[in-house]
This record gives sequence, C-alpha cells and structure tokens, in this order.
Amino acid sequence: MTNRLYEKAYEAANACVQCGYCLPACPTYASMGKESASPRGRIHLVKMAAEGKIDVLRDLAPPIDLCLGCRACEAVCPLNVRYGEILEAAKEEIHRHKSGRPAPGDRFTRMLLKKVFPHPERLRRLGDFGRLLQVSGLLRLFRFTGASRPLPERLTYFAKALPAIPPAGERLRFGHAYPARGKRKARVALFAGCVMDAVMFRIHRATVSLLTAVGAEVVVPAGQCCCGALHLHQGMADEARELARRNIEAFERCEADWIVSNAGGCGGAIKEYDRLFADDPEWTARARRLAGKLKDISEILLELGPLPFVNGPETVVTYQDSCHLLNVQRVGRAPRVLLEQVPGVRLAEMEGADRCCGSGGIYNLLHFSESMAILDEKMERVRETGAGVVISGNPGCILQLQIGIERAGASRRVRSVHLAEFLAERCGL
Amino acid sequence: MGMEKQAVWLKDLFDIFPKERVLTELADRHAYSFDASLGEYLPVAVVQPQSKEQIQRLVRLANSHRIPLYPRGSASSLSGGPLPLYGGVVVDMSAYPKRLTIDPENMLAIATPSVITAELHRKAEEAGLFYPPDPSSSSVSTLGGNLMENAGGPKGLKYGTTKDYVIGLEVVTPTGEIIRTGGKTVKNVTGYDLTRLLVGSEGTLGIVTEAILRLIPKPRARRTVMAAFPRFEDSGYALTRILGAQILPSAMEVMDEYCIRAVEEYEPSGLPLDAEAILIIEVDGHPAAVEEEAALCEAICREHGASLVRAAATAEEQAQIWKARRLISPAIARLGPTKISEDATVPRGRIPDMMKRLRQIREKYRLNLVVFGHAGDGNLHPNILTDRRNAEEMARVEKAIEEIFAAAIELGGTLSGEHGIGLMKKPFMEMELGKEGVDMMRKIKEAWDPHNIMNPGKIFPDRNEASR
Repeated sequence: MTNRLYEKAYEAANACVQCGYCLPACPTYASMGKESASPRGRIHLVKMAAEGKIDVLRDLAPPIDLCLGCRACEAVCPLNVRYGEILEAAKEEIHRHKSGRPAPGDRFTRMLLKKVFPHPERLRRLGDFGRLLQVSGLLRLFRFTGASRPLPERLTYFAKALPAIPPAGERLRFGHAYPARGKRKARVALFAGCVMDAVMFRIHRATVSLLTAVGAEVVVPAGQCCCGALHLHQGMADEARELARRNIEAFERCEADWIVSNAGGCGGAIKEYDRLFADDPEWTARARRLAGKLKDISEILLELGPLPFVNGPETVVTYQDSCHLLNVQRVGRAPRVLLEQVPGVRLAEMEGADRCCGSGGIYNLLHFSESMAILDEKMERVRETGAGVVISGNPGCILQLQIGIERAGASRRVRSVHLAEFLAERCGL
Repeated sequence: MGMEKQAVWLKDLFDIFPKERVLTELADRHAYSFDASLGEYLPVAVVQPQSKEQIQRLVRLANSHRIPLYPRGSASSLSGGPLPLYGGVVVDMSAYPKRLTIDPENMLAIATPSVITAELHRKAEEAGLFYPPDPSSSSVSTLGGNLMENAGGPKGLKYGTTKDYVIGLEVVTPTGEIIRTGGKTVKNVTGYDLTRLLVGSEGTLGIVTEAILRLIPKPRARRTVMAAFPRFEDSGYALTRILGAQILPSAMEVMDEYCIRAVEEYEPSGLPLDAEAILIIEVDGHPAAVEEEAALCEAICREHGASLVRAAATAEEQAQIWKARRLISPAIARLGPTKISEDATVPRGRIPDMMKRLRQIREKYRLNLVVFGHAGDGNLHPNILTDRRNAEEMARVEKAIEEIFAAAIELGGTLSGEHGIGLMKKPFMEMELGKEGVDMMRKIKEAWDPHNIMNPGKIFPDRNEASR
C-alpha cells in the first residue's frame, strides 16, 4: 500500500533538504506553531509514510488535512521542491485508505463532488434554490427565529457572506459568443467553473463586459465543467482527471487565442492538468497546450487595455493575492497595475497580502476554527490599511474575506469584491 | 530506558507544561526527528516552553530521571546539532515567546532565543544599526540556534561572527540554575568569560533564555564587484592584493567552476563557462570610500587576469550579482537529491592548496563535489551532491569527507568554520585537538552537566565511542 505513495511522491519529497526556508511562508506553521504543520514537516511525514514508518490514516492524514494547499512554500523554496505534487499524492493515498470506511462528513462531501459538481446544470439549479432562499427572506427568517441554531456556525457565516444571487437569466449562455466592442483584437474563451457559474455569475458578467470593452470577443464554450481542483484537494484524482478531459476537449473545440480564467484556483488547476496525465503522453501534450493558452483576466486586460475608466469616488482599496493565482500561476503584478490605473483609487498594500486568507478551497468548511484563526489575523492586516474595499481574484477568497468582514463587524465599512467587478464598476459597465 | 520508567516522566511533563505544549503523537515526534543534516532520531516527546521557570523545572526533572534534553531552534542545522540522538525530549525553543528590544543609546539588542535572525536585522536597521552575523538561513534561523552554533555567514572577515556580538546571556544550566553571564557593557573582565564559552557550545551547556547583543552603526553605502577568473589561482592572488591595498571587504565570496556551470545551466545570465572561479566582492562604509574601493577592486581583478568584471552600484544591480550566488543551491540540487554541505576552513592563504586537494578528492572518489564559500575568511563550503539511497556512493562520500577534514587540518585549518561539530564531525575531534584537547572540553562538559542530560552525544565522542 505504502509503495504507491513511494512511487508517486518519494522522488519529489526526497528533494527537500529540510533547510526550513519554507517555514516563514507557511500560514499554518504560523498559526499552529509546530513542525508537523509546516511544509518541511509535512514533506518529511510523507516520506515516513512512504517508507512505512508511520500509518497513512492515523499519522499522516491529520497534518496533511490541515494544510491549506496555498503553496506559498513552493514560491520560496530555494530548491524548487514540488510541494503541490507531494501534497496531492498524499491526499490521493489518504483518500484511497479512507475509501473503505468513510466518515459521514466525508461521504457527504464526496457525494457532492461526485454527483453535483461535475454537472453545471445541477449546480445552476442549486444556485437558483439559493436565490429563492435569499429573496424570499427565508434565510433571514431562519436566523431570526433561531431555527438556524442547529446549523453549524460555519454555515451561518457562509449564508451571511454569500453575495446576492442574481436571477437565473443573467447567467452566461454556454455555447454563446459575446462580440467585441469596436475592432476585434482577440478571441478568448471564458472558463466558467462551478461556484462562479452557479452562484457568483455577476463576476462573469463583469468579466465579459470588461473583455468586450477592450476588444475581445468572448466565447463560453459548451461542454466545459468544474476544473476539478476541489476533487484533487480531496484526493479524488480519478474524478479530477475526468473533469480535466472534458474541459480540455471543450476548449480545444472553440479555437480561441486565449482561455481566460477569473478564478485563481481554477486557473491554477488548469495550468497543472498535465500532472494528471503523467503516464499518457497524448493527454499530457493536450493539457500543456491548454495550459499554455490560459491567462488570468488581469493579464488579458493589461495586455488589451487600457480600460475605459470613468470618474468615481475617492476610494482606498487593498488587494489580497489569491494563493493559486500568485503561487501557481505566478500572477501578482497585473491586478495591482490595473488597480493603480483606476482614477480616484489608492491601492494600500496590506502586510502579508501574499499570505493565504485561510479559505483554501473548502478548507474553511472542513477546518472552520483553524481557518478562522488565520482569517482573523488577516482581517487585522486589512484593517490597518484603512481600505473600504478588499479585492481579490478568486471566489473562495472573496467569500472568506467577506466572512472575515462579518466577523469583524465591519460590513458597513468594508466589502469584499472580485477584481473584475470592481473594475467594471469603475468603467461604468 | 524501560517502558515503565518512560511512562512515569512522560506524565510529569504534563505537570510542567499545558497539554498543548507537550507533543507526543507519532507524527509530531517524527516532525521533530530531523534537522537540515542527514540524521534522523525519534524523540519520545517534544515540549514548547513558554518561560524560563518551565525550562528550569524540565531540567530538574531531566536530572532526576536522566532524560536526555535536546534544545533546538528552527532546526536548520547542517551538523546534526539539535538531533535527539538518544530519544528523550526535544525542547522546541522556536516556540518560546519572542521579545526583541533595541536599545539605540547603548547600541544593544536584547532578545529571546526564538527571535528570527532576519527580524533582528530588520529591527536594527530601522534604528540605523547593524547586526552583521548573517548565516544564509537568517530568514528562518533563530538567534538561539545562531548563538549555540556560533553562526557566521559571508561577513566574517570584516565583522567577525556571532561570538563577537554576544555580550551577555541568561541561561538555564544543565543542573537547573538560572544564571546570567556578561552584561550590557562591551568591556567586562569580571571572572571567566562564560558568555564566550556558551556561544558555540552547541546546546551542551544550557538553554539560553535571553541574549544581549552588540550592534554597530549601519554602513551607509555598499558596492559589489563580480569578477570571473580563467585560472583559480589568480582569484587567490587578486584577493591577497585587495587586502594588501588596505581594503577590508565586507564579503568575498568564491564559487568554483562546477558551481559556475551549474548556475549558468540552471538560469543563463552570461557567466563565463570557461572560468575556474568567480569572486563576488562587497565593500561597505562611507559612500566616497566604497566608490574608490570598488574601483580599486575592479582594477586589481582585471590586473590579475579576470576575464569578466561587473560592478554594481544600485541595489538592483547588486541583487543581480548576488543572484548568481543565491542560485547555487537550486542549481547544484539538480546534481543529486542528497546534499552534504561541509564547512572545512583553512587560513586564507591556503585556499588554493585546499582547492587543489578538493579537486583530487573529487576525482579520486568520482563525486559531484562543488565548492563555494567565504573566501575572505578561508571558510569554504565543499558540497557533495549524491543520493542517500545509493549505498555504494554513500560509502565513497564518507571517505571523501574524511579526506576533506584531514586536508583542512593538515593545511592548518579547522573541521568546522560555522556549522558546528554536532554529530557528523565528532569522530574527528581528536584529529584536530588531540586527546588532551578533547579531554579538557569533556571535563568542562562534565562539570556543567554531571548527568549528561543536555544535548548528550554531541561535539565529542562519548567516552566509550570510537574516535578516528
């Protein structure tokens, strides 16, 4: 059993010389204060499990589960140790060991990931149901009457932080092309994703408006689906691979110049699709072609811009890096350059903007208290900037930061929005 | 150590520490079983003291039950210094409360051992001051670890090493007394200089709970010069000439041909592939002085046959030059997953001889042996890149390392310039110090630590252990 882990991760784990340069970059090492919560410690434990010295479920699983997967350690590693690969291999192995006897919570998560997330139309229906709860006031009623008390604290926060879901008609249409305004400079294909398409599609609207405004024709390829990052984080590599195949096929068909992603996590996952097909040269090549075309919205706007900004109120904003946008896609400059171009806006950098906010995909749902410890610290840094808007480039971060704002009781002064939404506002779109 | 006995004192740890500060899970124990050297030893437990009183009680407990204690900082040690050789309890001092006060008037810093070295650098600079010891691990290493290992770095020639900046300590001794050594004055001849004895004692003589460190004014300007030499010897002559011209550079780093090639292949930046040595020279001080000195360094390098000379004035250009040095680690890592980093040090004038010996060793044992290091103070870093799973090659590595040590000592140098003896080099102590020399040290250890509970098994072979 452990030999599989050995095969998949030992080579990469063995490249770590345990110098510890990753320690200052690791949010969980900072918040939990022990070596098993550090990248170096986790890599060592993967090695120990691969060597059969510790048990995969009893010993390896807890510290691996508590990793945010932010990959900040990779960006600072002097030896370029491939932590993401080690982490995924460990998660896959843990998942395999757990399959025999899944805990009830795991079973529910897995059911969602298997039966709902791969199907955009099911997700959309869930999103519509969410809207129904929101507009009917049912949610508020629940909260008011205390009926939501059986709901765990975490869900209450999520419900509060979730932005208003617009009517279904505002969703982008799969298979549709949105023409460029003025002369067409490029044809780009939008990656719609899961949560963004079902619930946070106002960001997609903003994305399309901005792109068409700078001369891009935007197509929304049919047949695309969730990127599979959530599955991979749960160790469900087979499911992730299947989703990757569908996406690769869908985007190959649309023949765009670029694939645009407005979710740091999804973009990061797509950039690394090739890892899912390590034993398959044909799919590896196709995955790499797709990855080569993928760009974050901020990069494309910077390339095709300038944006048609209109005058707006004086605003102080701060930018929180999405971990996978920064550490996997290595995009940190473009969003900041764009923000600095906006008339009336001052970008006030927070300390540790490049450190994870504790969202970590669904980490905040699975490890609520650990996540909140990191988030509350983050909100202190936000507060110091005096910013009225926290901007980020990934849906998970946006929700998490809004939760942080709620927890700090600052929802009247501060809001958390996606870069695209903010820029669209400032272009009057 | 019988199971029953172990259980007794394990329970006692919980009387001293709250339960979240005692780690006994297997995963946690494994996570504290290593440092940046090759060794791996599983402790029975890990504790994270929050006060000196807790440490005192722990040490007393250790004495009554003969529990080996293994204090450690961030465990970036390359010599096995903090490894829990005999199991026992790892004392994780990196989790100790961090307190750092800069006293600009007296040009001092008062710090707890868990403060990260780079944090002291930052805070000192904010006050216009400077703490020169700068091990390459400074972004992660703790001051406690630096003190115990007497850490160095590239600035040794001009500014000395950690020991030159520690003037006072608060320590929990191996018998559980809390003592203070030295004080806040640079001059202090009251009694034995226990501060100097403790600094570099590798955690065998106590656990530091506070340190008083000397700071100096921050140099106002810096200039960096890089020069590539087709012949290694010429880089040595250039160094000697620079010092002869009354210039004392703040850093003089050298990298050999194998490093140069590895770095250039890793990330091309126009380094000459036919060069046998690259020198990076940094001068600091008054702006006018450094300008003149940098120009002179450039001229001297050219005179001595440098094929390429680059000078940097702006911070950006300097970073560009230092990048070559920084890229050595990732570049040479591609030669093998296991890196053994030595720090044999010779008198500066013997560097060319040492390089010759290292080349012979490389060829004799057919190893990926590359050399870089701090040429100004003779502190070379021969690094061997190998794979610990390759037993046959590891046997050759071991022989090569022995020969490196022997060569350094023959040339009038020392086993370790800055990494410490720890576990890896203790069999060679007599080779450098002689039996009597080692015995004198051992007597000190026995006087301080009669029950041998404080980092036992480090620096010198136990009395029954073989020496080479």
